[in-house]
Amino acid sequence: MSAFTALLTRDLRLAFRQGGDVANVVAFFALAVILFPFGVGPDPDLLARISAGVLWVTALLAALLSLERLFDADFQDGSLEALALMPVPLEIQVLAKCAAHWLTTGLPLTIVAPVLALVLHFDAAGYPALIAALLLGTPVLSLIGAIGAALTLGARRAGVLLSLLVLPLYIPVLIFGVAASEAAALGLESRPHLLLLAALFATSLALAPWAAAAALRQALE
Amino acid sequence: MHRFANPARFMRLSARLLPWCAAAAAVLIAIGFYGALFLAPPDYQQGEAVKIMYVHVPSAWMASFVYAVMALASAVALIWRHPLAHIAAESAAPIGAGFTLICLVSGSLWGEPMWGTWWVWDARLTSVLVLFFLYLGFIALANAFDDRTRGSRAAAILAIVGVINLPIIKFSVDWWNTLHQKASVFVMGGPTIAASMLWPLLVIATGFVFLFAVMLMLRMRAALLRAKVRALRFGT
Repeated sequence: MSAFTALLTRDLRLAFRQGGDVANVVAFFALAVILFPFGVGPDPDLLARISAGVLWVTALLAALLSLERLFDADFQDGSLEALALMPVPLEIQVLAKCAAHWLTTGLPLTIVAPVLALVLHFDAAGYPALIAALLLGTPVLSLIGAIGAALTLGARRAGVLLSLLVLPLYIPVLIFGVAASEAAALGLESRPHLLLLAALFATSLALAPWAAAAALRQALE
Repeated sequence: MHRFANPARFMRLSARLLPWCAAAAAVLIAIGFYGALFLAPPDYQQGEAVKIMYVHVPSAWMASFVYAVMALASAVALIWRHPLAHIAAESAAPIGAGFTLICLVSGSLWGEPMWGTWWVWDARLTSVLVLFFLYLGFIALANAFDDRTRGSRAAAILAIVGVINLPIIKFSVDWWNTLHQKASVFVMGGPTIAASMLWPLLVIATGFVFLFAVMLMLRMRAALLRAKVRALRFGT
């Protein structure tokens, strides 16, 4: 556990010292959302109807944008090899990296999302469900993304490849995330969708570290 | 299993099997389509358009089946480092992508007259589309590295992760009750489709399995020969 927290604090410290990363993700999220009123027109009813979908799709793309640097910096400067030699299982280290990634992307996105929802005239009744869905869904994005980031380490045009691998696997999160947010906004029951999101979170928490660690071992061979 | 790890033995064995498998595929597909197009009755609601089923359903089965074969070969390659398994997985991927594309296109052509639309965001259609992208991702990942073995192994892990999509495809029509019809062949208590329509379907599906075997063996032989040429030319 101490190794877990040590790795987590290291990654967080690196993210904040280098600065800009968190701000970039949030800025991309905000800008991409703001493009939609220009694209589809400022009609409040239309914006309210598509707001949940817009928020989720852009949050997903913002999370994807920052995935590339999840392992890449450590892979480039060789510290990933040193980490792999540690007596701590690689799976735990992957979990720590995912936690750091979530704290620097998923959490800021969740905090900013309600403000952007306001701009899009999202129905007030939907806010608790939207936040709960984002809290449950964004960690899944980090966990599934870790598999893709580990698989594409050292590949040519890794960024494009990463989105091709990861986006299809993100579709379930998108479906249930949007369903939960929209159901609440329309005054329907959002609990079943939230439970399914929680199931996705639990499954990926249990399985994704294994797949990502296996991919990392291949990359380091 | 390691008896077949020797590429030379595989080349001999596949050369002997190929003509038989090709003949079986040709005969079965010919009989199946004769039965489907001339003997099987038109549907009482859909008319002759139901004949699209004889392409659509077997290629849909093959799309999932080939993915399962590919994932199994990938697992074998990762666990036992079986030298032919990576080649099998990578040779199967474009074939599977082809079957998936045929399934999607024929389904779309069938959907237009029956449902009145080329495409709906139904759970079955969406999960098959995801399967198609998984195939594409597998092919792209396998070819994305300068070091070929690294690409093969990374793609193998992706194939195993993607297996999670297969049960979703199978049960999507039961979990989400949407436009795509439910299973009518592999159901508890026997198929609910008329026998006159069922037998051509099964014959074509068997023919498709042989067709897949033929294409897989041809592609694997080509991949082995390519590796041999590369070794002769560059000495790697």
